[in-house]
Amino acid sequence: MSGVRVLVGTRKGAFILTSDGRRDRWDVSGPHFGGWEIYHLKGSPVDSNRLYASQSSGWFGQVIQRSNDGGKTWEPAGNKFEYAGVPGTHQWYDGTPHPWEFKRVWHLEPSLSDPDMVYAGVEDAALFRTSDGGQTWEELSGLRGHGSGPKWQPGAGGMCLHTILLDASDPARIFIAISAAGAFRTDDGGKTWQPINRGLKSEYIPDPNAEVGHCVHRIAMHRLHPNVLFMQKHWDVMRSDDAGASWYEVSGNLPSDFGFVIDVHAHEPETIYVVPIKSDSEHYPPEGKLRVYRSRSGGNEWEPLSKGLPQRDCYVNILRDAMAVDTLDPCGVYFGTTGGQVYASADAGDSWAPIVRDLPAVLSVEVQTLP
Amino acid sequence: MIRVILPPHLRTLAQVGGEVALEVEGAVTLRTVIDALEARYPMLRGTIRDQLTQQRRPFLRFFACKEDLSHEPPDAPLPGAVTSGAEPFFIVGAIAGG
Repeated sequence: MSGVRVLVGTRKGAFILTSDGRRDRWDVSGPHFGGWEIYHLKGSPVDSNRLYASQSSGWFGQVIQRSNDGGKTWEPAGNKFEYAGVPGTHQWYDGTPHPWEFKRVWHLEPSLSDPDMVYAGVEDAALFRTSDGGQTWEELSGLRGHGSGPKWQPGAGGMCLHTILLDASDPARIFIAISAAGAFRTDDGGKTWQPINRGLKSEYIPDPNAEVGHCVHRIAMHRLHPNVLFMQKHWDVMRSDDAGASWYEVSGNLPSDFGFVIDVHAHEPETIYVVPIKSDSEHYPPEGKLRVYRSRSGGNEWEPLSKGLPQRDCYVNILRDAMAVDTLDPCGVYFGTTGGQVYASADAGDSWAPIVRDLPAVLSVEVQTLP
Repeated sequence: MIRVILPPHLRTLAQVGGEVALEVEGAVTLRTVIDALEARYPMLRGTIRDQLTQQRRPFLRFFACKEDLSHEPPDAPLPGAVTSGAEPFFIVGAIAGG
């Protein structure tokens, strides 16, 4: 029987949650790398036993870990992330120039075809790639070389490259997103990039319609429809039907269009999920009710999903990398909270149950569907 | 032998116990001790000093013989008691919350 493996990164270690395809009984393994921040861990789509983890600490810096046995054992890989050339400056919070400085890896995105190739999105924002299983990393410097880098600015969490979407139909096309610069796309494997932010409107920046400077929180894509992108911006849920060339708002009837996560149903490309958060100054759900909102129409019309989720006195946040879907039928949906709960739905969001309740604050959730 | 005591998280990362014993060729300095440590435990590269600048990471400090050596030049000799192995060289995480 098929199964799932949920990879959870937290403020104090990694946890691996496994179940069979029914997804009602779970084994919990961890903490792995106890005491370290695990911003993200993810498995190779072509080798489910090959996992990569970003392990970091304010004291000891960045470590990359690799597993060849599905997370039972790990070995440190290379952790040298050197910007190409002279890194230059970006804008600091007060608008003054600030030198580019490597801080940590936010997101690891394994290649769709090669288990030894992985993309890494880092803070301060840049995209790196390894082709040797994480031993060495090289910056794809065309992104920072696009020319708008001096105008990029950190969001509240730092100036991070947090989203990497690989196009299954075109290996040369990659989408990335940066807080707070916006979304970018390459069509030549990372040599050159263009900002794809037309249609985004951010009232909190000097020019609300600027080419860059938007605080994009997350982008999602259905693997069979790579020209359709969904975005949770700082405020506003957005959609693009032309691979990011233009965006329009699909927030519709959401109780708040601020939030961090967004994801797409594995089998229904027009079914999307968000978790509304009250505001950028409060960072908890509206009315103290934890509700996932689902749209079956690609946006605008949203329904609250609350069965099994706390509907009073809930003041957790769900961070940008902390939602994922499996590819079973019905589609499973998972998310983790800053309160340490990981919730799972085995029926596409209709009902929810906690897998675990008391982990450290959850930074990321990924899911592997196992044969 | 030079005795080095790592902070707990780095012991876990390097999979070592409470104390590491290192052979150091030539002068015993901050630089040569950490060079020897990183050569024997490559997973520690970048966790004690920056891989590019070789600067001590800001939340770490170096102590030996009840002295704070954090701001000593990297090529200054370490105390004789460290060189002889009578006293350990401590790499300590600064107290900074979290």
